[in-house]
Amino acid sequence: MTTVFGVPLPAILGQLMLGLVNGSFYALLSLGLAVIFGLLGVVNFAHGAFYMLGAFAAYVGLETFGVNYWCALILAPLTVGILGIVIERLFLRHLYQLDPLYGLLLTFGIALIAEGIMRGLFGASGKSYPVPDSLRGGFNLGFMVLPIYRAWVIFASLSICGASWFLIERTRLGATLRAATENAHLAQAFGINVPLIVMMTYGAGVALAALAGVLAAPVVQVSPLMGSSLVIVVFAVVVIGGMGSILGAIASGVVLGLIEGLTKVIYPEASNVVVFVIMAVVLIWRPNGLFGRESP
Amino acid sequence: MSAKDRFAKVWLYGVLAIVGLAAPWLGLYPVFLMKLLCFSLFACAFNLLLGYTKMLSFGHAAYFGSSAYVTGWLVTAQGWGTIAGILGGVAVAALLGLAIGALAVRRQGIYFAMITLALSQLVFFVCLQAPFTGGENGLQGIPRGSVFGIIDLGGDAAMYYFVLAAFAAVYVLIRRIVHSPFGQVLKAIRANEPRATSLGYKVDRYKLLAFVLSAGLAGLAGSLKALVLGFVTLSDVSQATSGEVILMTLLGGSGTFLGPALGAILVISLQEYLSGLVGAWVSVMIGAIFVVCVTAFRRGFIGEIERRLARRI
Repeated sequence: MTTVFGVPLPAILGQLMLGLVNGSFYALLSLGLAVIFGLLGVVNFAHGAFYMLGAFAAYVGLETFGVNYWCALILAPLTVGILGIVIERLFLRHLYQLDPLYGLLLTFGIALIAEGIMRGLFGASGKSYPVPDSLRGGFNLGFMVLPIYRAWVIFASLSICGASWFLIERTRLGATLRAATENAHLAQAFGINVPLIVMMTYGAGVALAALAGVLAAPVVQVSPLMGSSLVIVVFAVVVIGGMGSILGAIASGVVLGLIEGLTKVIYPEASNVVVFVIMAVVLIWRPNGLFGRESP
Repeated sequence: MSAKDRFAKVWLYGVLAIVGLAAPWLGLYPVFLMKLLCFSLFACAFNLLLGYTKMLSFGHAAYFGSSAYVTGWLVTAQGWGTIAGILGGVAVAALLGLAIGALAVRRQGIYFAMITLALSQLVFFVCLQAPFTGGENGLQGIPRGSVFGIIDLGGDAAMYYFVLAAFAAVYVLIRRIVHSPFGQVLKAIRANEPRATSLGYKVDRYKLLAFVLSAGLAGLAGSLKALVLGFVTLSDVSQATSGEVILMTLLGGSGTFLGPALGAILVISLQEYLSGLVGAWVSVMIGAIFVVCVTAFRRGFIGEIERRLARRI
């Protein structure tokens, strides 16, 4: 059998596949984080909580209302997105004039509330969400079996990332959004309803997190704390990529997922921390992040 | 400062000192009082960064917890004395602060917060996996020992006064630091960093020194807590603890001397009394206090009092 670093090749490819799945979640989450930060100047600490709420929305939808996976894929992000819009209206809106640190702290508090409520309602233990029937089984690639659901997660996340990039960089709506990011006052003077755009952007960013949650529900345990450590990794991804660039956020998410997967094969003890170590190295070498354009 | 102000301040601190000295005899559980003091110390150390330099470290539990682990390990497994164990813990916390601070001060504002958070998560995982921390079980049965073999700290009263003395010393030290020329430079950086740079101050060095001081003092709080309770767990290095110390400081009033201590007393008391009543919903309440503090109560209790009185206390 072929081996690399003394590890059988199928094991490496299997971990790389898992890494790619994680990487697609990182990409979806850091994309939403970067878009929200770009327009609102808020680092959304509640991003992991919205991811968790998305997964729970799918779980509750299935258990209580019999909503299937494909409907949950639409309904969960919609519900969570509306929740995000309500939060933006009620709380975040009042903080834009202040130091961005307050936005971070507010969303941290919201994350604590969301996690606490879900823990009070569902307990701390994980729930399992079944893989939808149409995505069961796997392709036999000869050297390994690729579960169809994992392939679907990678395909779906990367297409959504690509579509978001296209929407922001190549359409009229995206141009408006970028204009508002660049100079909100001037955009408003040109008749663009900036507060509305800000609200919808937060809703959309949060909905992306919820979508990642639904995609993740069948491959991870649905639990109230599933987002809290993930959001820290995504923060590190965003620091590595530099928050200014959408493509940077997507690319660094995918690549860091792969590196994490590789670390699980070569030196499993370090797999939890490898992203943070890379962040430290990047900070020494390029303090603004790999794709960062903004001043520090 | 007018003579009247000075008089009022002497009264205030006189009363606080009497309350502090008499507290164990007022029917309050001494271990709980010591826990309050440890967290007050932790919050005061944290405030040195947030309040006076406006650097939001989102990972201060890393220094608190790692120092607690090191002290616990030194006095339990290595047989070090209590004071040596504490100093060992503080030294490790300060070194860790030097390493993390040197990376984090390269960025400002929210990036600083995210970097300190990510690196403290790294420390968390190291504590989870390192051989001397006991992993999920933590360290248990840490002896309190004695001060140079003269004063035995096994009794709660002796330990209480030891912790109180440490708290008072650090409180005075922090006041000295803030009022020193160094502290003035920190406040200048807080007010306008580019201007401080243009005046020729090596801003990053000042920030790093403040970070190391804060990390070392947070470590002292952690070491004392390990000795008081006799155990260290992973929650001492966790993100939740980092969040709590931020809340304590905000609730009491960041940038005030007494605020963080008051905030710590409020938060720990709330947790202690409510966790029995409402269980997991405590974190909902902590989150709600966070939201209220950030949206409507940004000065905190002491900050509001100072504003009403139009003077610093």
